[in-house]
Amino acid sequence: MTAIAPAAAGSGAEQGGSSGLFRRAFSFTRTRVGLAIVALIAAIALFGPFFAPHPPTAFVAPPYAGPSSVAIFGADNLGRDVLTRFLCGGRSVLALSLASTVLGLAGGILVGLVAAYARGWLDELLMRAMDVLLAFPQIVFVLLLVSSLGPQLWLIVLTVAASHAPRVARVTRGTAQEVIERDFVLSAKAIGEPSWRILGLEVLPNLSSPLLVEFGLRLTYSIGLIAAVSFMGFGLQPPAADWGLMINENRIGIAIQPWPVLLPVAAIGLLTVGMNLITDGIARAAIGIGRSAP
Amino acid sequence: MTGAAVVVEGLRVGLAGSPLAIVEEIDFEIAASEVLGLVGESGSGKTTVGLALLGHCRRGAEITAGRIMIGDIEILRADPAALRAARGRIVAYVPQDPGTALNPALRVGEQLEEMLAAHLPEMNAAARRTRLLEMLEEVRLPATAALLRRFAHQFSGGQQQRLALAMAFACRPRLIVLDEPTTGLDVSTQAHVLRTVRELCRAHGVAALYVSHDLAVVAELAHRVVVMYAGRIVEQGAGRDVFTAARHPYTERLLRAIPDPARRRSVVGIPGHAPSVARRPSGCAFAPRCDRATELCRQTFPPVTTLPNGQRLRCWHAGDGAAHGLSEKGEEATLEVGPALLSMRGLDASYGDFTVLQAVELEVRTGECLALVGESGSGKTTLARCIAGLHHHYTQPVVFRGRPLGRAVGERDQDARRRIQYVFQNPYASLNPRRTVGEAIARPLRLFFDLGRGSLARRVAGALEKVSLPAALAGRYPDQLSGGERQRVAIARALAAEPDLLVCDEITSALDVSVQAAIMELLAGLRGSTGLSLLFVTHNLALIRTIADRVAVMSAGRIVEIGATEAIFGTPQADYTRELLTNTPGLPTAA
Repeated sequence: MTAIAPAAAGSGAEQGGSSGLFRRAFSFTRTRVGLAIVALIAAIALFGPFFAPHPPTAFVAPPYAGPSSVAIFGADNLGRDVLTRFLCGGRSVLALSLASTVLGLAGGILVGLVAAYARGWLDELLMRAMDVLLAFPQIVFVLLLVSSLGPQLWLIVLTVAASHAPRVARVTRGTAQEVIERDFVLSAKAIGEPSWRILGLEVLPNLSSPLLVEFGLRLTYSIGLIAAVSFMGFGLQPPAADWGLMINENRIGIAIQPWPVLLPVAAIGLLTVGMNLITDGIARAAIGIGRSAP
Repeated sequence: MTGAAVVVEGLRVGLAGSPLAIVEEIDFEIAASEVLGLVGESGSGKTTVGLALLGHCRRGAEITAGRIMIGDIEILRADPAALRAARGRIVAYVPQDPGTALNPALRVGEQLEEMLAAHLPEMNAAARRTRLLEMLEEVRLPATAALLRRFAHQFSGGQQQRLALAMAFACRPRLIVLDEPTTGLDVSTQAHVLRTVRELCRAHGVAALYVSHDLAVVAELAHRVVVMYAGRIVEQGAGRDVFTAARHPYTERLLRAIPDPARRRSVVGIPGHAPSVARRPSGCAFAPRCDRATELCRQTFPPVTTLPNGQRLRCWHAGDGAAHGLSEKGEEATLEVGPALLSMRGLDASYGDFTVLQAVELEVRTGECLALVGESGSGKTTLARCIAGLHHHYTQPVVFRGRPLGRAVGERDQDARRRIQYVFQNPYASLNPRRTVGEAIARPLRLFFDLGRGSLARRVAGALEKVSLPAALAGRYPDQLSGGERQRVAIARALAAEPDLLVCDEITSALDVSVQAAIMELLAGLRGSTGLSLLFVTHNLALIRTIADRVAVMSAGRIVEIGATEAIFGTPQADYTRELLTNTPGLPTAA
């Protein structure tokens, strides 16, 4: 019983909030590299349109023309400037992935917390419902709904979010169950705190590390999913500029003009790798690697 | 000393890559068959010393100087192969938690046999078998082949610790290091384990280093005692001398902090807390907490003074005055005890189909401190939780202030919830790590009282002041506090609700003795000033004597005896109470 004592016997270095977590995560090279990559791609997606040399739908050269002084990376299947299309095509991917991740996370957290706290039949009902959703592979689930209800952006966001929610709910429920067993939750119950306050103020803050990791992971998946949905033609519709759509439109000419495929592929790939590195850094910091010795 | 089985000289273990020492200038000897007690509070470096005897240190630490001789082997100069051969064969280790030391995937027979096979290859299978059964007999486990086929989880905590002992003694080592081996055990199990250790050491001529924070246990077991504080040995000598005539101010204060089952006296805590490795002062490390400290103490670390009786200590005031034994303080309860505040009759409680409490009849009177004592599994925590409404599978409502209470917290009204407050065992778990101390204390205030922002802050500061903590602590997070400070915060949070009854569930069992004593002082003070009633749940009989007016003894879900504290200790009626009292270790009385 006394073995627990030494850990805190006067080491005042550790911060209570999550700022310590971020600081530790940032001390890893992997996190910094990840941050740099994500910042670069996000900057391209956000500010790219301001630097585009041509309007995104203007025809500037013959289809599949190679790099020239007019179009640095050549032209695409219809003769539009590849660089311009690339600079303009990131916003949609990024915005849609972020929106669906945030929604999916919020839904999953809500379901997971309620299930963990309520236990009994409500827990069973919620989690079995989640299991049903889990039975569909994410991409199949999204394509099924989007193909039958039509390619609406809000629908893509909702379905991607819905495909994330059961996975987030599982993680939340698992970690929350452990926190709910702790004495400080019992102590809040003992003075008659309302349940929503216990969940929001006592339990949720203690889940921040695993949920941050979950956010990073789900965002990575969202980017891949959204790009894939666009690639298959269910996302943004031509002539809009979009990375996923770009890959699809230009894949036939890849042998003669690789750039319109290569650029968006590289951007999506780097974005996922970068997000993964950040997530990994936070996960490592959360389990205590890199914590200075007391 | 001649014929010492173990000699440790100038041992120093430092933090790797840093000039800081975790422990330094450690010198002691242990003779064959002798048990040396190594005592200290958490963070004193006692476990580090114990592990160093096996040539091992934890990650991030390194042994930087010193000489350790066990028999004719110099542990710190041995090459890795020789060291590996010596561990288990020459020096064995018994860890604090046997549950984690035994491999859950192996049958215990295989594990014990592995030890023999590794170190005594000349033994054949039949001889090993005989030896195994012999070992079981030695640690008083039934010596049957069936027992050897069982897995570790099929044994109780005490039995697991016996198996660990059997394993340690298997190869008849020269030295055995026991690191708090009885900390998680009940007193009666602890008494059995201690007896086994003593007998085995005597029978096989094994030297033992018994590392513990529990001075009473060490007093019962050890021939000689080494007291550590902040990484150094401050006093060592024969057990009787150290316990009855402590010369070092730290040892002396430590003894005053320990409750004694044999006498009623108030315990006195040591103010402040032990410095961490990085913050040790240049002079005597105890000087900031010592009431006899002078300028000399603060500047220079004192050298060793050896007294005529062989007692050695490091204190500039070694020559001053007489030895300080324990003075008896007859302090009788003088508090007026009022009518029944809370009562229950024939209360049964269960977890599912498993009945935990049977026909419990109990009464807490206004202004009194009722201690509820029992071993683990006796149902005392369940009873406390029934009262607080945290466990609601029970029959017969609890009557509080003349009215029956709702079973669960949710069925009670705001007023009842406010008047009964609960303090949890482990302050490391009962405070939310993500909320500041101020926020934690403000919650019950917001819930129970209608307060403005200014008066809320004042009440938080007032609650902290009641438990002798500075108001500035309100902005800190729990992990920036020591264990004692955390428990004070937990008490402050409970007191903020201005309760009539405070239910304290083993509130000091996770704390060091000096901190425990300070908490007990605090509770005694609070009772005096506020007329609070206490239900004090504990497994520590000695502690009861310092605070309780009446005692209820629980065993297997029933209350076996209830009465005034002095009567229970003086003339116990139930067999179970008598057994508990006999098994509780105490300090030797000053002559």
